[in-house]
Amino acid sequence: MLIINNLKASIEGKSILKGISLEVKPGEIHAIMGPNGSGKSTLAAVLAGREFVEVTEGTITYLGKNLLDMSPEDRAKEGIFLGFQYPIEIPGVSMVNFMKTAINEHRKHNGLEPLSASDFLKLMRDKKELVEIDSKLANRSVNEGFSGGEKKKNEIFQMAMLEPKLAILDETDSGLDIDALRIVANGVNKLKHPDNSFIVITHYQRLLDYIIPDVVHVLYDGRIVKTAGKELALELEEKGYDWIKKEIENNVTA
Amino acid sequence: MEKDQDKIINDVTTTEYKYGFYSDIAMDRIPKGLSEEVVRIISAKKNEPEWLLDFRLKSYRHWLTMKMPTWPNLKIPPINYQEIIFYAAPKERKNLKNIDDIDPELKRTFDKLGIPLEEQKHLAGVAVDAVIDSVSVKTTFKETLAEMGIIFCSFSDAVKEYPDLVKRYMGSVVPYTDNFFATLNSAVFSDGSFCYIPKGVRCPMELSTYFRINSANTGQFERTLLIADEESYVSYLEGCTAPSRDENQLHAAIVEIVAEKNAEVKYSTVQNWYPGDKEGKGGVFNFVTKRGMCKGENSKISWTQIETGSAITWKYPSCILRGDNSTGEFYSVAVTNNYQQADTGTKMTHIGKNTKSTIVSKGISAGHGQNSYRGLVKVLKNASNARNYSQCDSLLLGDKCGAHTFPYLEVDNSTAIVEHEATTSKIGEDQIFYCNQRGISTEDAIGLIVNGYAREVINKLPMEFAVEAQKLLQISLEGSVG
Ligand SMILES: Nc1ncnc2c1ncn2[C@@H]1O[C@H](COP(=O)(O)OP(=O)(O)O)[C@@H](O)[C@H]1O
Ligand SMILES: [Mg+2]
Repeated sequence: MLIINNLKASIEGKSILKGISLEVKPGEIHAIMGPNGSGKSTLAAVLAGREFVEVTEGTITYLGKNLLDMSPEDRAKEGIFLGFQYPIEIPGVSMVNFMKTAINEHRKHNGLEPLSASDFLKLMRDKKELVEIDSKLANRSVNEGFSGGEKKKNEIFQMAMLEPKLAILDETDSGLDIDALRIVANGVNKLKHPDNSFIVITHYQRLLDYIIPDVVHVLYDGRIVKTAGKELALELEEKGYDWIKKEIENNVTA
Repeated sequence: MEKDQDKIINDVTTTEYKYGFYSDIAMDRIPKGLSEEVVRIISAKKNEPEWLLDFRLKSYRHWLTMKMPTWPNLKIPPINYQEIIFYAAPKERKNLKNIDDIDPELKRTFDKLGIPLEEQKHLAGVAVDAVIDSVSVKTTFKETLAEMGIIFCSFSDAVKEYPDLVKRYMGSVVPYTDNFFATLNSAVFSDGSFCYIPKGVRCPMELSTYFRINSANTGQFERTLLIADEESYVSYLEGCTAPSRDENQLHAAIVEIVAEKNAEVKYSTVQNWYPGDKEGKGGVFNFVTKRGMCKGENSKISWTQIETGSAITWKYPSCILRGDNSTGEFYSVAVTNNYQQADTGTKMTHIGKNTKSTIVSKGISAGHGQNSYRGLVKVLKNASNARNYSQCDSLLLGDKCGAHTFPYLEVDNSTAIVEHEATTSKIGEDQIFYCNQRGISTEDAIGLIVNGYAREVINKLPMEFAVEAQKLLQISLEGSVG
């Protein structure tokens, strides 16, 4: 599905990602953890195609294609979805109109006719139920005046609508109460499928009580410093990130 | 970020102006320049009665004493009136009794513009008056309307056939002394549309005028007079385009509306004159005086404008609320991209009691565009319980453009309630990227955002034109963000 090889990237000349290699296979859930500022969102930004992050070295192959050659909208239409850490408000643009445009762009890309208004509304209804989002949200402008939790749920709703092959969820769990967290996790679990994959970026182990990852990576200072099974998350929870930091420093001095 | 911003600015409009073609139509032009002699020639060409020539001459003489206003927030290059041709008209073949009498090239021009002159082919429920350069070439559905007593014809025909109506109302809302460009128009106006809706009649179709400047170095000075008699209703739309030319073209029009007791007039404009190229070369100077008089009680005049074209726009569709309980409305979207400039807004003058006005102005600036809202709400001494609500929003794309608001308020009655709200927002890279990430291209994202922003105004347009207006908004901003 996704192969990242020795990826290095910088923002305004400052090196942020310092050689990341990672492979995600179809059906897998990967968790990426790590302290604030370690580069998790930057990695997500590179995958989604944000221009202000400059890739200086390395390759990314997505479904056999060179991802770095693709425009952000083409990546989206090829099945990459980013759940934003800070979802953006777009005043005046209704969720309905926004989603209809997005869905129909995806359909066009796949050689399908646009959805009829009634089919579209039915799809909205089904997915709203699936992710248990308040149906009023869909009648408002995109994220405008949404609470933090509502914005995060709205990301999951959009993911459910667009049915991506690779979903990257950037700290979708932070700022959520336990109920909202459960809804987000349920959303992911319901969409889980042998053909699609998830990269779940999280700061806390909490979410991983609900979403069971196949692989856990620890990102620290622009590098993946540890990769293991789901038990790594528990270990991190117990010992904190200081443990990792110490281990790395010891390695460096050793 | 800096780099992105520069890219945004540099990537300005790659889309060509779609209506920039020129048609080779047999034309009757007079020599360029302006003088009393020219005014007389125009009047003679049109076989005008003495009273109209007098009106022109006193306007011309007054104009000589006037100076171009300098108060607008616009950089207007000097205009040499001796270089302008003040009258150009397609050569008439015979009397235009039927469609086959129209120059085929002219017919093709209007077809290209999407305005077929054949009635059976036309947009259902819209009657059209087509004006090219200086004269009206064809008015559709005249007979159907006539059965209801509605007069819809060219201004020139109205002068001949309904001189009393023209004499009574022309200049009653915009006097010939009104302002520099209105006075110029009063001296040299060539044609335009005339419309009269009799007492108690609801006009069953949209009336519309399409203006087209075709000839080079030609000014267009048309005049529209719209009279809604008691208890009547009409919805009117004007559209305009011009060929792409390197030199600027002057358009100085007048629209006068009179609404009698209980009458309602909706006047919509989709202004798409040639805006100039992306370096700011060429484009139409659109200096227009539009004013409506709510003369009778309970009358209502509503202006809706989508302004996407012209190099410079200077225009303030206004309402004089004379009748008690009368209502004035102004809904506007003005786009300035590349080097376009607009100084536009409205003037609401409350004279009668319980008069109400609403102003909704949405400016959109991109590229190096400069967009100013200028509005005056004036409540006179006897206008008790006057109400006004104004909302002026500005939307910016990139950081080389500008938005300015100049709201003025003169209130002489303490019972008046006047509210004003203003916002400025920016289409951010983040918003665009959020759309991109959902599979929506940058162009479509701008279209979505801009149309969401302008929705309140677009919703006021007649249905047939709302979709057109949405597309136009998107097209006029194409290429304005990286
Ligand atoms: N837009 C930006 N401009 C400049 N520096 C940035 C920007 N975004 C992130 N950074 C820097 O990149 C580093 C990694 O940030 P980020 O990827 O957001 O970390 P995380 O998501 O792991 O908390 C930080 O040092 C941060 O300050
Ligand atoms: Mg982050």
